[in-house]
Amino acid sequence: MGPFILKRIAVMIFTALCLTFVVFFLTNLHPNLEKLAKTQGNFRMDDQAVNSWLSNRGYLRPLHIKYGEWLGVLPGYVIEGKDKKTRGKCINPKNVEQKVIPIFCGIIQGNWGTSTVFRTDVDSILLTRLSLTGKLMFAVMLVMVPSALIFGILAGMREGSRTDRALSTVSIVTTATPEYVSGVILISIFASSAFGLKWFKGTATQAMENATIENFLLPVMTIALYGMGYIARMTRASMTEVMTSQYIRTARLKGLGFGNIVIKHALRNALIAPFTVIMLQFPWLLNGVVIVETLFNFKGFGWVLVQAAGNNDIDLLLGVSVVSVFVVLVTQLISDIGYVYLNPRIKVS
Amino acid sequence: MELLSWGEIILKILSRLMPVWIALVVTFSFSIYFKRNLGLYGKLFDSRIGVIGFAILMFWVFTGFFAGALDWIVTSDPLSQVSGMKNKVPGTPVRGADPGDYPFFLLGGDNMARDVFTRVIYGSSLIIVIAPLATLFAFMMGITLGLPAGYYGGKLDTILSFLANLILAFPVILLFYLLVTPEIVDTGVPQFMAVVLFFFPLVFFTVLLNTRFHTTPRKRTTILFFVVGILGVLYLSVINEAGSKISIFNSVDLFNIDAGLLTVFVSVVFVNSPTTFRIVRGLTMDIKTRDYVSAAQTRGEGPWYIMLWEILPNARGPLIVDFCLRIGDTTILLGTLGFFGLGLESESPNWGATINDGRKLLSIYPHAALAPALSLLSLVLGLNLLADGLREESLRD
Repeated sequence: MGPFILKRIAVMIFTALCLTFVVFFLTNLHPNLEKLAKTQGNFRMDDQAVNSWLSNRGYLRPLHIKYGEWLGVLPGYVIEGKDKKTRGKCINPKNVEQKVIPIFCGIIQGNWGTSTVFRTDVDSILLTRLSLTGKLMFAVMLVMVPSALIFGILAGMREGSRTDRALSTVSIVTTATPEYVSGVILISIFASSAFGLKWFKGTATQAMENATIENFLLPVMTIALYGMGYIARMTRASMTEVMTSQYIRTARLKGLGFGNIVIKHALRNALIAPFTVIMLQFPWLLNGVVIVETLFNFKGFGWVLVQAAGNNDIDLLLGVSVVSVFVVLVTQLISDIGYVYLNPRIKVS
Repeated sequence: MELLSWGEIILKILSRLMPVWIALVVTFSFSIYFKRNLGLYGKLFDSRIGVIGFAILMFWVFTGFFAGALDWIVTSDPLSQVSGMKNKVPGTPVRGADPGDYPFFLLGGDNMARDVFTRVIYGSSLIIVIAPLATLFAFMMGITLGLPAGYYGGKLDTILSFLANLILAFPVILLFYLLVTPEIVDTGVPQFMAVVLFFFPLVFFTVLLNTRFHTTPRKRTTILFFVVGILGVLYLSVINEAGSKISIFNSVDLFNIDAGLLTVFVSVVFVNSPTTFRIVRGLTMDIKTRDYVSAAQTRGEGPWYIMLWEILPNARGPLIVDFCLRIGDTTILLGTLGFFGLGLESESPNWGATINDGRKLLSIYPHAALAPALSLLSLVLGLNLLADGLREESLRD
């Protein structure tokens, strides 16, 4: 198990490096830098002013050097600009009396850079926003996983029964409903004056400080519905497979009750596949989070992603991609390890 | 004129859709009559889920075709704004309508006073062209790379799988936000991606025909000359655009694709192809151990012949099912792009953008967002049901 995990972690780090480099490359293309200069400086800058703005801040140097600096393996730049101001990657413009200027200040040293939109440190933005999104995700998991498993088990317990048909139809409908569709439908029905129900709120802005059922249920349901159908279908498939296996038949012939068989014998084997599926759902949940946070105006991680990407905020975008790539890769690793752990027939080679 | 009641609205919409009903009845009666001679397609009509899915899918295909190609069904122009119709509820009579115009906004007006019904119908004609085409290109790429990866294994497989996982680990929305912006279009990145992505169909067909006819060189050469010639010109026309980064093929450029559309297309293909790659690779690894593959190897067939003419046809069942599912996913992705206002210009009546326009006033006038949302839902649902039906029927034998 040890070497397997080590190898997986090495591949993970390599993947993360590749992906952040791609983000770095795309955000550092010249038209994007020009847009950045114009939004940060002023919109009427001519090409020369844009170029000097960029070169003063070290944006016009080769890509691999900038990437190395961001990573913290190359020394940060110190540039004396044409406007006689000295700027450096490691010089904090707010802290004038900075005595010792560190040589390296990349992500390895814990310096995530500064957001050009929010004008604060990237790590503090990410922390506050992630905690908000964490709250959302926790609620989603709390709703989604148990209900999906129960749906799947009830449907797969007796294949072809009326319960199975009904639950399978529900799950196929929810998998066909992306978040921006279910969100719109839920808001229209439960929060609009047109239907007159107005049970819940159509925005989740207040839920950031004080989450109640009234303002938090709709966004949570919107994300949970889309993932739920998929997990339920997987659970159903693996449950029906287990229920037709030999040892279940033996248990039945032994005279065990149906409930007993399902709970004591079938469940553990039937839950192996859904476990990996739940873990692999995380990247898609991230998508859902961005859509739902935009739709419900909940200012979490997804909202930051949209803000950063819309304004070409390089450091913040890189921070966002580091976090999301990390989430995706770690969940993949957990799903692999969990699969091996749950299924004794599989050996790591 | 009076505001229409819901019953009248439904009746009027159903009667506007008359050509679609006729086309559906014709398709279904022919298909059911000849279903014994139609292979897997015919067997689909034995599965209830499959038939329902197929009916929903064909409904949208016919609607999109009649609206997009013939301008039937729609009641007004998708972009024209009619004064006094802003945010009007469904069934509102058009103020000051000329005698030739349709007198109602059947599904109301949106926040720019455009006809929601017309926009939804035109949106379907966009989707039914882009989604299957993008899926098809993703499949070509997945097949062309997945077959050798699964067949040869080894280093090639390791590298290609790593690249596929790399793309899969990328959050889709982040990728869209990075790729589908006007600034990136200026740099030509989508065009260069198109150069690579659209090259795969060319390779696919060349190898496919070459392996089949290489025993009769004269026939092979004529066929290849025409096929590669036609595809090559199409390829160059797609990637080339006068005044952009790639404009050296202006002499053979037959048509121009809107830069925004090309970007959307390229990014959707790019996001979809790794999944297809993984499926094809897995199927190939499974099928290459079969006896008929060993038989072909013993006969002395080349590896590409075995991949394309022995393995691929035997992998068609799962691939067809996945193709249906993936068109649904592509539809969802296209909607996501529209929802974030990326890619296609915001005026365009694609469903995602229409939902995005409508959501700002969702709590007061939900109809403008609800109509495209339900349309998208029904199309994706139809595709999923169809895939389920196909899976059921192909597993039966």
